[in-house]
Amino acid sequence: MSLPDDLTLLTAAESRHALDNREISSVELTNAYLSRIDVVEPKVHSYLHLMTDVALSQANAADKRIESGDVSDLTGIPIALKDILCTTDAPTTAASKILEGYVSPYDATVVARLREQGAVFLGKTNTDEFAMGSSTENSAFGPTMNPWGENRVPGGSSGGSAASVAAREATISLGSDTGGSIRQPAGFCGIVGLKPTYGRVSRFGLLPFASSLDQIGPFARTVEDAAIMLRAISGQDKMDSTSAPIEVPSFTEKFGTDLTGVKIGVAEEYSVDGMEPGVEAAVKAALKQLEDLGAELIRVSLPHTQYALATYYITAPAEASANLARYDGVRFGNRIEGDDLIDTYMRTRGQGFGPEVKRRIMLGTYALSSGYYDAYYVKAQKVRTLIKQDFDAAFEQVDAIVAPTSPTVAFEIGSRTDDPYAMYLADVFTIPANMAGIPGVSIPAGFSDGMPVGLQLLGKAFDESSLLGIAHAYEQAAGFYKDLAEV
Amino acid sequence: MSLSREDVLHVASLARLGMDDAEIASMQEQLSSILGHIDVLNELDTAAISPTAQVIALSNVFRADEAGESFTQEQALMNAPASYGGFFAVAAVLGGDEGGSA
Repeated sequence: MSLPDDLTLLTAAESRHALDNREISSVELTNAYLSRIDVVEPKVHSYLHLMTDVALSQANAADKRIESGDVSDLTGIPIALKDILCTTDAPTTAASKILEGYVSPYDATVVARLREQGAVFLGKTNTDEFAMGSSTENSAFGPTMNPWGENRVPGGSSGGSAASVAAREATISLGSDTGGSIRQPAGFCGIVGLKPTYGRVSRFGLLPFASSLDQIGPFARTVEDAAIMLRAISGQDKMDSTSAPIEVPSFTEKFGTDLTGVKIGVAEEYSVDGMEPGVEAAVKAALKQLEDLGAELIRVSLPHTQYALATYYITAPAEASANLARYDGVRFGNRIEGDDLIDTYMRTRGQGFGPEVKRRIMLGTYALSSGYYDAYYVKAQKVRTLIKQDFDAAFEQVDAIVAPTSPTVAFEIGSRTDDPYAMYLADVFTIPANMAGIPGVSIPAGFSDGMPVGLQLLGKAFDESSLLGIAHAYEQAAGFYKDLAEV
Repeated sequence: MSLSREDVLHVASLARLGMDDAEIASMQEQLSSILGHIDVLNELDTAAISPTAQVIALSNVFRADEAGESFTQEQALMNAPASYGGFFAVAAVLGGDEGGSA
């Protein structure tokens, strides 16, 4: 292939090819991204911390490795990391004032694996504070703009990671998904976002939000690039006892162009009041495309879908209220001195956390408190069982389930900040997969009013290969991955 | 479900979250509204359903009890807001002569 003038137009797979054939160096590729960041970052604000010096030194080292033939998939490829993943050579703040300036003494397992493979770290990306939000507006350090439309949110919580890839400020990025925080911003920004099966990727060094739901995963411009990143970060880790002792495939072994014999479920429950007509139309066109590729569409029922949002807003805050107890101004983070130790805790946490984090800690503490534990927390855990059983039954009939990623396209900045529950509704279609632990991917499926629409595919636990096979076939046939945001 | 101001103050104290009056008032309103939406779960009869706390098929995960690498004292203290003599320093929690402060 001939190289584009702007190297940021290359996918990770294309860059690999060009690097290995010595058509480009990692330093050239990294510099192309750094120049692009210089130009678009003032408009987009994907990053909280740039790692320019680290990136150039990693790129130099990668070029030496490539010279010596010691190459992994991501050697020399410039990527971005959500600022909720611990790194020893850049701050990790979770976009919270309480962690402003914090530098971790250890790397997250995914970061360590990428470092070993010679990836290049461009920087740490913006997020809703502690990954709590659907628009990245809850960042203590200012919002991120959607590269497709000024004044539109990029989605969240991994909005910076999504925007960085959509604006070509990184080849691939990593985010985390607790209730849709990878898939929803991927949909809003017109790129691919993958939440792997719970347990596929080690969570060690991911600042925890809701430990039974959190999972790290990639953003990329193509399904192939997402598969490459998933392969790089997957696998059991002795530092995370919930990481699964299951073999890691290539995740590209089911790539093809024909879906004959593939059964795809369509659930009528994945439609809500207030669905945007343009989203419905795009999803309908995608269903037709899947049929044209040979897939058989089968009606399935997931009757407890409508209860997933309420279940999530008990379970996730309850887990968060326990996880965020560690931010007390004693061992790390900012401290605001009070009259005594209790007063120091109250001031440190009261002033260090933003409004949404406080709301969720309050909600979770309430749901776990004496007298309300059975009515809220245990009730939600029981409904979680029902949601999981819905998926178990559906996956006896089908290989994957197709749905919109979100009921609307990216909304305007500030339009939902006064109504927490309206904001929560952005994740109504992504939350059920976290409750059941299954993998899900959002892929570009066209536009509504000039803003990207995401198509969500949900798959069986630990069968990301089949899921990505279907996603790849659709992506190649539909071709929306070729549309790039003009920033 | 509607929360009283006292409920909010009680939960804030359990969660060690200091908030001013305006925040308490807005929290009272917002939490009541969110809990109202959550009440939809009461439509479901779950008496015979067992709870799900996690979705992985693993039970206990064991390893040998062997010492491995760990942080140096310096690394462990590098982010501490205050330290003293190799320890994390906080305000005294015991009064008077029994005080454990440095």
